[in-house]
Amino acid sequence: MEVMLSVIIGFMIIASITAIYAKDLLSAIIAQGFVGYGLVICFLILRAPDLAIIQIVMETVTLIIMVAVVLDSSREEFDIMPDKTQGVTIAASFLFALVLLIYFNRAISGLDRFGNHTLRMSEAYVTGAAEQTGSANLVAGVLWDFRGYDTLGEATVLFTAAIGVITIIRLVGKK
Amino acid sequence: MTVFILSFLMLLVGVHGVLTRRNLIKVVISLTIIEFSIFLMLALIGFISGGEAPILDAGISAGRMVDPLPQAMVLTAIVIALATNAMLLTIAIRLYKKYGTFDIRRINELKG
Repeated sequence: MEVMLSVIIGFMIIASITAIYAKDLLSAIIAQGFVGYGLVICFLILRAPDLAIIQIVMETVTLIIMVAVVLDSSREEFDIMPDKTQGVTIAASFLFALVLLIYFNRAISGLDRFGNHTLRMSEAYVTGAAEQTGSANLVAGVLWDFRGYDTLGEATVLFTAAIGVITIIRLVGKK
Repeated sequence: MTVFILSFLMLLVGVHGVLTRRNLIKVVISLTIIEFSIFLMLALIGFISGGEAPILDAGISAGRMVDPLPQAMVLTAIVIALATNAMLLTIAIRLYKKYGTFDIRRINELKG
């Protein structure tokens, strides 16, 4: 199981490097789509069908928006010219990566090993959720019942973003 | 443990893209890659080897299920990521219409 996942995540890393270094923006977007659909396969292996469904929808919509944006503008990627402060940038990047590595190490040392996760807080969700919420899908039960306010906030963010998109993209303002 | 380190490497690739690219669309793509790596990390944490999908059915006992809580949280995060991506791309296309380029070195005049 872990080997299978590692191979797919390795392909996703290669695709993301391709996306970052591609000379054409359209091929960069296609490589990003590879990463997103690889994530769908990872979710299916990790027994998360709800996540796989929502990730397919999200990836497709993102790809459509990105292709529409690129076709409406320019496809070219610029040459990265070396500038005077490049040494500072490289040093800062390594420092940033080192700090991230320290935090990752601290986060990972408190976790269980992969595949041996113990249910702590969600023990009550798993055992009593079907009777309390009436939903056979435990993810839907958690999302809509135990943590319904989170979902309300998510809907708020979604509508705020929709209003923002409409406001930004409108060419002529109303009087 | 390998998968955790690999997803962290994917996060570093995204951070590298955000820091070094000068194209707005490439920056948005790198941010998407960072988001994907974090979703993957959270879904990996809740996995139990040999576990079933958290859907109750006849013949599946509640003891052998993967953790439903990280999955519910990641589902929320995916939808929010879609909203922020749409907003970022809208801002990028408006900047292109105003300046005629995606190059962030040339979009530096913040005058009305």
